[in-house]
Amino acid sequence: MPQPQARTPRQPVPGTTIFDGEQARKGYALNKMCFSFNDAANRNAFLADEDGYCAKFGLNDEQREAIRARNVLQLIAAGGNAYYLAKFAGIFKLDMQDIGAQQTGLTKEQFKAKLVAARG
Amino acid sequence: MAKIVGTLMTSHVPAIGGAIAKGLQQDPYWKPFFDGFPPVRDWLARVQPDVVVMVYNDHGLNFFLDKMPTFAVGAAPEYRNADEGWGIPTVPPFQGDPELSWHLIEQLVADEFDMVSCQEMAVDHAFTLPMALCWPDQRWPVRTVPVVINTVQAPLPSAARCWKLGQALGRAIASWPADLRVVVMGTGGLSHQLDGERAGFINKDFDLQFMESMTSDPAWATKFTTTELVELAGTQGVELLNWLAARGTLAGTVRKVLANYHIPISNTASGLMVLEPSS
Repeated sequence: MPQPQARTPRQPVPGTTIFDGEQARKGYALNKMCFSFNDAANRNAFLADEDGYCAKFGLNDEQREAIRARNVLQLIAAGGNAYYLAKFAGIFKLDMQDIGAQQTGLTKEQFKAKLVAARG
Repeated sequence: MAKIVGTLMTSHVPAIGGAIAKGLQQDPYWKPFFDGFPPVRDWLARVQPDVVVMVYNDHGLNFFLDKMPTFAVGAAPEYRNADEGWGIPTVPPFQGDPELSWHLIEQLVADEFDMVSCQEMAVDHAFTLPMALCWPDQRWPVRTVPVVINTVQAPLPSAARCWKLGQALGRAIASWPADLRVVVMGTGGLSHQLDGERAGFINKDFDLQFMESMTSDPAWATKFTTTELVELAGTQGVELLNWLAARGTLAGTVRKVLANYHIPISNTASGLMVLEPSS
């Protein structure tokens, strides 16, 4: 029998949560709700009754609070996947610079300047 | 016999769709990106493809986490785009080529790539935007075959595996008896990270080295693990796996037709390359 290799840390990249099986299990209900936002009728249903819509998908307390707070880092900690969370952000017309600024503690202008600075 | 007349690799950021809808191609923010594409259209007019085989990753339009194939091939007569949650403008449907799709599925499975076959498939921005950049009138002059690689949920297929998939896909296309001209596209990247405290990460040195490797040493990126690619290119920069697979379809030496690189569009370093067989 091959012996299991010594495991490297599950999340070795600082400031980064790789979306793996553990995250996928933890975030399933949250991501399933965000997947439903592909359909405009579901986005409207969420806006009309946020509590009821979250309850329908069985979000846990951590997920429900992260949705209530519109807080991306909390949503990721609760198992959210970036591609699905983008559909949630879309409901509020937030773009990727809004999302980036919120996660990095920068203003949107500062975050955009950070991107431009990558030109070197 | 079918012949791959070239490969096209490009970024596929959703914001491109918004810029197209608003007619911002000459806007100072967008111009350096869109200016890469008129030469692509000249090249397409010259090589006259009949079919585009599109290698990309779905972002939660067609596949959800309930069933997540590592590799999938579309085998539908038609592929439609849909609202992806943020009101991206949709585009006209794409004609499929089910006979070619099933040939590719049969050949790839025989070659030990156990593809998931999809007789219905919605295609998202990673498929539609490169098409709209190539054919701005959105009157698609080609049939299409989608090939989807999981870059969403780890474990992802390794870079080495995606490179080999590309090689097998190239052999499968070349063994199709019909006299077709095929362009293989690979979309996504280059470096970017949307999520976490590391959001906004871009790595110009890595991107330029990766683009250089496409001509000089195309298997270069296969030495990296997925985690190393996340470190070097960002969580969504791993979409470069689609570039590797598309590049792998070209056997032998290649000629660079054109390349463009620009930082940033949205949160992403955009890359564009067209390669063709040099023989």
